[in-house]
Amino acid sequence: MNWGEVIAGVLLLVGAAFVLVSAIGVVRFPDVYMRMHAATKAGTLGAGLVLGAASVVFGDLGITVRSFVVFFFLLLTAPVAAHVLGRAAYHAGVPRWERMRLDELAGRYDEADAPPGEPSRPAARGDDIPYP
Amino acid sequence: MILFEGPWTFLSVATMVTMVAVAVSILVASLRVMRGPSLPDRVVALDLVGLLAVSVISVMAIATKQPVLLDAAIALALIAFLSTVAFARFIEWQGGNAE
Repeated sequence: MNWGEVIAGVLLLVGAAFVLVSAIGVVRFPDVYMRMHAATKAGTLGAGLVLGAASVVFGDLGITVRSFVVFFFLLLTAPVAAHVLGRAAYHAGVPRWERMRLDELAGRYDEADAPPGEPSRPAARGDDIPYP
Repeated sequence: MILFEGPWTFLSVATMVTMVAVAVSILVASLRVMRGPSLPDRVVALDLVGLLAVSVISVMAIATKQPVLLDAAIALALIAFLSTVAFARFIEWQGGNAE
């Protein structure tokens, strides 16, 4: 049995598991911020493992470099996209999960950064729940 | 392009299982694209669909033994990132009434 194929197969299966978990998390989580958490981190790791499997299968230097370029590009752009999207959702006032009590950005966000004429965030459900 | 030619090895079975899993993930993520209550939900799910398309392309490159497909993965990752950032700027520009 060829050990490179075994390593590539294991990488593929683990990557498929991570990708499936991230898709289930995007559907099951109650909040846009938690969905972002599932989609960004687990999805990037799953895609990276599948790309690593591709580089192991072909075993060529150029292909390895190419798949690692794709992986580093994903690693570079996924946090940027998630931050920009989370900031936009927060400014647009997307409601949080009703049992989420913590909002560390409330009142601390720089109002000059907000789009003109828009409130930073309207009052969300759960704002009046006191901390334990 | 012929998928899964030759004998059944561990790698070919793993490739098949991965392809099915990624396809199911795309279906599940597009469920969130269809019924997400707000526009940022849909954009998050669409970003995940782009990431899954990159995974599909690299699994296809393994299954068909054509590493040229990885170039398409680079282009697709770039397009997914740019569209996500454009959607985020649009949401921020339009405020809370974007649906």
